[in-house]
Amino acid sequence: MSEQNIQQTVAAFLSRHTHGAELGGNDDIFAMGFVNSLFAMQIVLFVEKKFGITVENEDLEPDNFRSVNAIVRFVSRKLAAPAEPSASL
Amino acid sequence: MTFELTAAQIEHQRRCRDFVAQEVMPRAEAYDESGIFPADLARGMGRAGYLGAVLPVAQGGLGVDMTAFGLQNEEFGRGCASARSLITVHSMVLVSLLRWGSASQKERWLPLLATGERLAAFALSEPQSGSDANSLETSAVRQGDHYVLHGRKKWISFGQLAGLFLLFAKLEGQSTAFLVERDSPGLVVEPIAPLGGCRASMLAELRLEHCQVPDSHLLGRPGAGWTYVANAALDHGRYSVAWGCVGMAQACLAASLAYVSRRRQFGVYLKEHPLVQEMLTDMVAGVEAARLLCRQAGYLQESADPGAMVATSLAKYYAARTAVHVAGDAVQLHGANGFSRDYPIHRHWRDAKVMEVIEGSRQIQQMVIGRAYAADQSVDEPA
Repeated sequence: MSEQNIQQTVAAFLSRHTHGAELGGNDDIFAMGFVNSLFAMQIVLFVEKKFGITVENEDLEPDNFRSVNAIVRFVSRKLAAPAEPSASL
Repeated sequence: MTFELTAAQIEHQRRCRDFVAQEVMPRAEAYDESGIFPADLARGMGRAGYLGAVLPVAQGGLGVDMTAFGLQNEEFGRGCASARSLITVHSMVLVSLLRWGSASQKERWLPLLATGERLAAFALSEPQSGSDANSLETSAVRQGDHYVLHGRKKWISFGQLAGLFLLFAKLEGQSTAFLVERDSPGLVVEPIAPLGGCRASMLAELRLEHCQVPDSHLLGRPGAGWTYVANAALDHGRYSVAWGCVGMAQACLAASLAYVSRRRQFGVYLKEHPLVQEMLTDMVAGVEAARLLCRQAGYLQESADPGAMVATSLAKYYAARTAVHVAGDAVQLHGANGFSRDYPIHRHWRDAKVMEVIEGSRQIQQMVIGRAYAADQSVDEPA
């Protein structure tokens, strides 16, 4: 998936939770007050399902989910990383 | 989403139904009255796999999908809300370990929890922190290779029996999850009794006084306690409670249908009276609608859809309201018999109200659902 496709997918998802606000790529959705604890968890579920990645404990940094561009960078980095054995038993 | 259950789901439901009929229902009234959940019943539920049902088979569980797990909760809900509550809180800890646990935490705890050899409880609420669950007063301070916890936890279901607590405390001002063993130095467990509803859910208050927890027992990461660990666990708990409410309402409906079919007043069976038919219709519609909302939530949970959490809140909200209404109508239809211990209706009636309080009150669900739908401006677009 191209970075542009990721960007469009992320922006479309976020807009459904931000009262239809037009988000700039670097708009801080935490600072804008759009992110409560439920939405934070929904973002995790979204990127995991949509892009087939696993969000690990060490990934739970707000900076990974702060804006459209931040999420795109995070997803691209995870997709580019070589598959690691799951931490699960 | 399909309406038909798979053969595996049907078989799991049948197993659960048989177990509840044989092991739970014959004893539920007695242990509800005593307020003591039978330890051998908890062990039996564990041995049968119901406490670790959602764990993959490779990790000692039954590996059932979320729909089958929901059906399991419906069946236990039909029999006894306290028994269903044990499944709820134990599973909340289990799925938290599965999702956020380190390899060593999983290796140590999952086998014990899978079989119920060790029971687990979810310790979030405090005397001054209920719905506002992020306003914790319990604190954690790092000291060398362990954390020191201070504070109190209250209304902890099955806290009296649990050997492991998933407990939340503020670490450097941030909500953080810890796995606290029952024999941790500085942990005191005190029973809360008697109760008005879910009387056998073995509630406890936990006092943590310089309670020492090894640093390896932090679950997830510092600061992830409320937002990630607790939210995901509560989502699972709400799903379990919602299905339990369907079972409870189904039990009340079935008992009412039987009662109005054998009791005669004014020369005809109660079921012949139009006002009774009206009540029955509302009860049936409520149960069926609640079950469908639960099925939808299960479908979204299985597909890890980000909309699953709101759908689960909706299912829990509606199913709990339905349980209250249906149980109330069932008591009404049973007349004075509805208050007698000869019928299980009064127990369901008392337990139903608890469902509107636990795992997020009715008002919390309304806030979650209302905010989510208000924020989504595409709600009128086709899916």
